[in-house]
Amino acid sequence: METAAVNPISAGDTAWVLASSALVMLMTPGLAFFYGGMVRRKNVLGVLMQCMGTLALVSVLWVVYVYSLAFGKGSPFMGGLDWAMLNGVGQDAYADYSATIPHLAFMIFQAMFAIITPALIIGAFAERMKFSAFLVFTVLWLTFVYAPICHMVWAVGGWVRGMGALDFAGGTVVHINAGVAGLVTALFIGKRIGIDKPSLHNVPFVVLGGALLWFGWFGFNAGSALAANGLAASAFVVTNTAAAMAALTWAALEWIFSGKPTMFGTITGAVAGLVAITPASGFVDVTGALWIGILVSVFCYFAVSVIKPKLGYDDSLDAFGVHGIGGFWGAIATGIFASKAVNPAGADGLLAGNAAQVGIQFLAAGITVVYCALATWIICFIVDKTIGLRVKQEEEVMGLDLTQHHERAYTIIE
Amino acid sequence: MKLVIAIIQPYRLEEVKKALYAADVNLITVSEVLGHGRQVGVDEFYRGVKETGNLLRKIRLEIAVNDNFVEPTINAVIKGARTGKIGDGKIFVVDLPRCVRIRTGEEGSKAIG
Repeated sequence: METAAVNPISAGDTAWVLASSALVMLMTPGLAFFYGGMVRRKNVLGVLMQCMGTLALVSVLWVVYVYSLAFGKGSPFMGGLDWAMLNGVGQDAYADYSATIPHLAFMIFQAMFAIITPALIIGAFAERMKFSAFLVFTVLWLTFVYAPICHMVWAVGGWVRGMGALDFAGGTVVHINAGVAGLVTALFIGKRIGIDKPSLHNVPFVVLGGALLWFGWFGFNAGSALAANGLAASAFVVTNTAAAMAALTWAALEWIFSGKPTMFGTITGAVAGLVAITPASGFVDVTGALWIGILVSVFCYFAVSVIKPKLGYDDSLDAFGVHGIGGFWGAIATGIFASKAVNPAGADGLLAGNAAQVGIQFLAAGITVVYCALATWIICFIVDKTIGLRVKQEEEVMGLDLTQHHERAYTIIE
Repeated sequence: MKLVIAIIQPYRLEEVKKALYAADVNLITVSEVLGHGRQVGVDEFYRGVKETGNLLRKIRLEIAVNDNFVEPTINAVIKGARTGKIGDGKIFVVDLPRCVRIRTGEEGSKAIG
């Protein structure tokens, strides 16, 4: 029997986690088109460049030192630098995180999450941040917000993980975190010039990007089982169900309140559903998924069409309205609908008789909100005082494509 | 009858429309054009190759009005489009000898409004 213990790597699990990593990687280009379609034509390359720039930048930082800060041994709040340059992170399994897959597979799967999280924030400050400031902001945010929150929630010995909060695939670490950072950056940087409403230039891009997100999300959620097993299949099914239900609900809300269902609204609903099911995907059944999908569209629709105009902040592409609100609802919903019948390693929620789980979920989400808001504000302040966050007025008017990158996306005369 | 042609910054279009509606000028045609005046265009780079003097995106408004609406129209365009910076654009006013409404065959001042 000793030979089996020497090599616990499962071919099936490894194949699924590597494939899932590739699926999650595709979400960031998907997000680029989802966001890119929502901005004015003069800024589409600016948004694509920020998303693809994040993909490249975070990929490098992650292997150099951020993976170690996020998952390495350290305090309950932050890992150390033992695993810098992936020192000791090898082809063998690592029991704490990846008992049946190579440690490297777990590391690269997590890299994709660390990439898409700062990319999500781009939606909040789109069309007005300097590219240089964006790069500095992303490095600081990844290091001082993402790494500690990831460590607290997911790492063995992490502060929030120890409380028993349930977050299957990153509702707190990814979506609440990015959503709150989005709200803070939108408030800090101020409104765009000459715009007070959505100004989509290419709805088909939004749909293409949204569809790629939906596709990639199977890796995000079902891949978070870190195994090719029944739980992965369950997460896959509830992910698809919640996305579909939320898309239908958003379309229905538009039909009721503004006369016609729109493509933009429907794909927004789908993404909101994906956000909300993320923390719950390993703990709920399809009944839970349907309710999560219905209610996330109700909450997010209300947030972006009623509350945002009243409060008057300019979260350009609703990073907070969809990811912040949807992520928060997902965290709470996990505490309501979770069941040990789905995942014996999880916990029962409110409907299974464990009301305390809702309180734990609130606490974990609250800690993330407070830490992320404070730290993000400080980072914005530092970047603004040193190199300046925002482009000059005339640059903003001409567009980020021409002023930040010296190129343009479209011609009207050949 | 006059034809007022205005070249403005794209992002000022909403403000110009608001000012025109406020002046009771409700009929406009808008097109997207490329061009430059004293801004002298913009440089672009494609894989390191520089292209200079590329044209900037502008909005062209065409507004056909009766004579008593010429000044209000011009004032409204200025109100909406002026930022005081180079690139705000220009207004051209030209005589309009004839105007026909296709639906009814009406001509002249009647057809214009």
